[in-house]
Amino acid sequence: MGIEQRRIDDAGLARGMAALTPEKIAKTFQALIAGECGARLRTYVETCMRCGMCGPACHYFLSHDGDPSYAPVGKVSETMWKLLKADGKVDPRVIGDCAQIAYTECNLCRRCMHYCPLGIDTAYIISVVRRLCHKLGVTPMYIQDTAHSHSATLNQMWVKDDEWTDSLQWQEDEARSEFPDLRIPLEMEGADFMYSVIAPEPKFRTQLIYQAAAIFHTAGCNWTMPGTPGWDNSNMAMFSGDAEIMGRVERYHFETAQRLRVKRIVMGECGHAFRAVYDVGNRWLGWKMHPVPVVHSIEFFWELLDQGKIRMASKYPGPVTIHDPCNVIRGRGLMDKLREVVNHICDGVVEMSPNREHNLCCCAGGGVINCGPPFKNVRIVGNKAKADQLKATGVQTCIAPCHNCHGGLEDIIHHYKLGMKLKFLGDIIYEHMEKPGAV
Amino acid sequence: MRELYEFAVGPMAWAAFGVFLIGSVIRLISMYSLARKKDGPFLSYMSWRFGLRSILNWLIPFNAQGWKENPLVCVTTFVFHLGLILVPLFLLGHVVLWDQYWGFSYPTLPEQAADIFTIAVIVACLVFAWRRATNRTLRFVTTGQDWLVLLIAFLPFLTGFLASQHVGPPLVMTTLHVLSGELMLMAIPFTRLSHMIFGLFSRAYMGSEFGGVRHAKDW
Amino acid sequence: MQNKASWDWEPGSRVIADTRDCSGGAEWIEEPYVSPDGERVAAVACVGEAQFTLCANGQPWENVFDKIWYPRFSPDGRLTAIVQSDGEWTLAVDDAPWEQTFAYLWGTRFSRDGSIIAASIQQDGEYGLAVDGEPWEGLFENATDFALSDDGSAGAASVQVKSLGQADIATFQQGVYSIAVNGEAWDAVFVNAWNPSFDAAGKRVAAALRHSLYEYGVAVDGVPWKSRFGSVWEPVFNPATGEVNAPGRVQGKWGLAVDDQMAWPARYAQLWHVAFTPDGKTTAAIVAPEFGSFTVAVNDRPWEATFPVVTDLALAKNGRAACLGSDCNKNFAICVDGRTWSGRYDMAWTPVFSDDGANVAVLVEKQGKRTVVLNDKVYREWFDTAFPPVFSPDGGKVLIRGISGGKFMRIVVTPDAFHA
Ligand code: SF4
Ligand code: SF4
Repeated sequence: MGIEQRRIDDAGLARGMAALTPEKIAKTFQALIAGECGARLRTYVETCMRCGMCGPACHYFLSHDGDPSYAPVGKVSETMWKLLKADGKVDPRVIGDCAQIAYTECNLCRRCMHYCPLGIDTAYIISVVRRLCHKLGVTPMYIQDTAHSHSATLNQMWVKDDEWTDSLQWQEDEARSEFPDLRIPLEMEGADFMYSVIAPEPKFRTQLIYQAAAIFHTAGCNWTMPGTPGWDNSNMAMFSGDAEIMGRVERYHFETAQRLRVKRIVMGECGHAFRAVYDVGNRWLGWKMHPVPVVHSIEFFWELLDQGKIRMASKYPGPVTIHDPCNVIRGRGLMDKLREVVNHICDGVVEMSPNREHNLCCCAGGGVINCGPPFKNVRIVGNKAKADQLKATGVQTCIAPCHNCHGGLEDIIHHYKLGMKLKFLGDIIYEHMEKPGAV
Repeated sequence: MRELYEFAVGPMAWAAFGVFLIGSVIRLISMYSLARKKDGPFLSYMSWRFGLRSILNWLIPFNAQGWKENPLVCVTTFVFHLGLILVPLFLLGHVVLWDQYWGFSYPTLPEQAADIFTIAVIVACLVFAWRRATNRTLRFVTTGQDWLVLLIAFLPFLTGFLASQHVGPPLVMTTLHVLSGELMLMAIPFTRLSHMIFGLFSRAYMGSEFGGVRHAKDW
Repeated sequence: MQNKASWDWEPGSRVIADTRDCSGGAEWIEEPYVSPDGERVAAVACVGEAQFTLCANGQPWENVFDKIWYPRFSPDGRLTAIVQSDGEWTLAVDDAPWEQTFAYLWGTRFSRDGSIIAASIQQDGEYGLAVDGEPWEGLFENATDFALSDDGSAGAASVQVKSLGQADIATFQQGVYSIAVNGEAWDAVFVNAWNPSFDAAGKRVAAALRHSLYEYGVAVDGVPWKSRFGSVWEPVFNPATGEVNAPGRVQGKWGLAVDDQMAWPARYAQLWHVAFTPDGKTTAAIVAPEFGSFTVAVNDRPWEATFPVVTDLALAKNGRAACLGSDCNKNFAICVDGRTWSGRYDMAWTPVFSDDGANVAVLVEKQGKRTVVLNDKVYREWFDTAFPPVFSPDGGKVLIRGISGGKFMRIVVTPDAFHA
């Protein structure tokens, strides 16, 4: 019980701790509290009744047999309260522990807000801890590298300017053997929407770009993709605590859409990216709401199906279950539309329990999966609860409209030998839709 | 003893209500100005509609997910808070005091009901204490202050109940009761009991963010 | 730039071409682009499997390529496009591809008058700029944020000057980025170096920096300012004084730093897109005096009219300013000198001032149709698509370029063609 018993070696954390002195920690902490924290943090710390109701909210807590150090309040107590009590006068080791808890043992999934009567935002408190760790340079190596990539290339995976458009043109070529007149329109000013994706798509999962293009082409959409940086909607700087780079990435994303004079940004099936664009990045930049409407694929597919722009030739043989990604369900309320889409394209749904706003997180989100291999087991062992939940459905296919969820669930399915297939909505729509323009 | 009693129901009562009211107002104002200064953006999402929606939904027992999955805490919390509000405000003995000092009165709780609520609050406190002592999560996060505020909330009810049952010397018990009640009043703005003041706001803020921005419920 | 005075400013309407004329023999034609003077309309045409050409005023180019994208007219009216043949990319200008080809080419940019054309290139995994077909001598492991000086005489980019290993956070934090000017990198390296920009003469370069993960700054010709900020946005040169202006963030608020001194105190929730009049006397920027409400500040004085979102700040030579205000990309309004026009549109483009600053014209869209608004008065005809308006040199006439039913029309009108 407690972080001391489960410390994990990580080059980034070790390097960060080695460069710290207690004076630097105290100074940075005090400046952070004085400069960036206000009534929210103070209220939360003061009014938390230590009632423990939030414990069963957290999949880590559930998966670890109720180990209190994984309860939301337990994690806050081990990090922010400890720091506040000591006014930041702690050893580098404590910061290392705080970092491990904040970056790898909380997905910022906000499930605990459904359990705390006082509405205490544990995810916010943990984000403040991450902000501190970022300022102290104690961040897991892989997520830090990703934040570096965002700063240098405005995308998550060091994709260079030419690699981006090149991979789009390649997918356009590929798709033309199926749809001879398909286009991935680049830099087309005045289109209805700009389609944005996360960097792993051009890097590793180009098939997803192909599928999206095939769907938009078939639906007769007037769309475009940018030919410049600003195309990546993902944002790990948001999770590493680097608010400045987070803001920079979002500025370019929105300004790219504004420059292209599109009405909306439609985003691929990614949850954290949606959160960054929908209601986090804009705030740091001073916009109360996203300056260009942001539409997640779930909602966009729903529109295409609802308006009959896409018709299904067949249904995906079910039954399937639905994984609700935190960032578009608790973060955007798309649970009904998700169900309508899935019911439309699949043969039968077996719901997990609990679901919708009360879904259990995939344990990959909040940047946890981006902390890389050293913490892979933390995610897998920390989400036995999800594995049990998946298993109880007894179905062969799980639909998860989110990249992070795919990453997390894939590992869980493999580890717990659940033998399930994971699908994006786009996978199924592309496979099973009518394709009048195809050869 | 008599003087102490007179002091408790006289100047001390003034002081207690004063500390409670003025303290609460000051804390609210200073928290609000801090919020305006540092959390301005977040304040701008506050919405009456979604804030109240969230508060109301959390006021229904077993409605929110947290209540559903913590049934014992749910029952105990509702009983405790109900008693905590009803007994001090509607107990005959208290209303008589209002009448005596301020010259106004209003309907009161039947004596039996008051007794039941008092006992319920006492039992609830014991349940809270038992959880705090035995539940793994609570043990992990409990601090001295958590015990202290529990004791502060417990004492007025215990002493009140004992006094009403004529246990111990009546004047001593009544004096203790009054003093402990005043202690609690004065503690509200300055301890965790301030969740009475701030809890509504933190819940409303969460409700506003979930309802107004994220289009999801938060219960 | 084409000499605007020599354009046809005779009021009247001419059909220049039918954009469908190209479709003879074409499997499809793509979206149209028009020349600044409105005399030509061009589009990419697919003329066979993996065979593309450009078609202008119904005339296809002689050259056919495997791929074509980014067709753009230069300010002097030449038609350019990025083309690929046999897996090699280059830029074609008026049907003549550059001699040299590259592994990849993108980001066409023009000098102000259009006489010089440059594009970003990648050759053998190295990056740089090619100007009129000539690549930089020094290329880099990576290059982004390309810039071309106004006169086209110099180019710059943010470049990576040291290699990074896999997840090499240590080397990154020591600094591997710099700014290259004409293929030569500054001596200094930084954690990040962004947004190089040239002064009016194309001689000096300023860039935004990150000195460490936490300290942002500005460098001019490789020499960093002393000031450190919580964050910065792109620096720009005042065209008259040569002073470098950069928005900087101090304790959570934005201000404008000029030559290493805070000139506009940091009191804004946001401050960006700094612009100047040619005489350098007026500095304007898009600002947010409060969270969630944006406007334009002229010489540090924000307008009273605010909007949830403000974009497209434009300054006239005489100091007038205009911008677009929108309700998160809906209900676009045009705001000139702090006064908001009555019209609301589904989309709008950057406001255009006449040379004397007396008139403002804006391309707008409503219910899928586009037209031009002049001083809050709407042109009588709406088009399927249209392009930003151009004023005659005396400001008395407006060139409207629009396409309806496939026909590209070049229309010269006087203000009386617009109605409230
Ligand atoms: S992982 Fe989710 S439920 Fe657990 S503490 Fe973090 S936000 Fe709360
Ligand atoms: S449920 Fe809320 S009040 Fe209770 S311990 Fe958790 S955070 Fe604190």
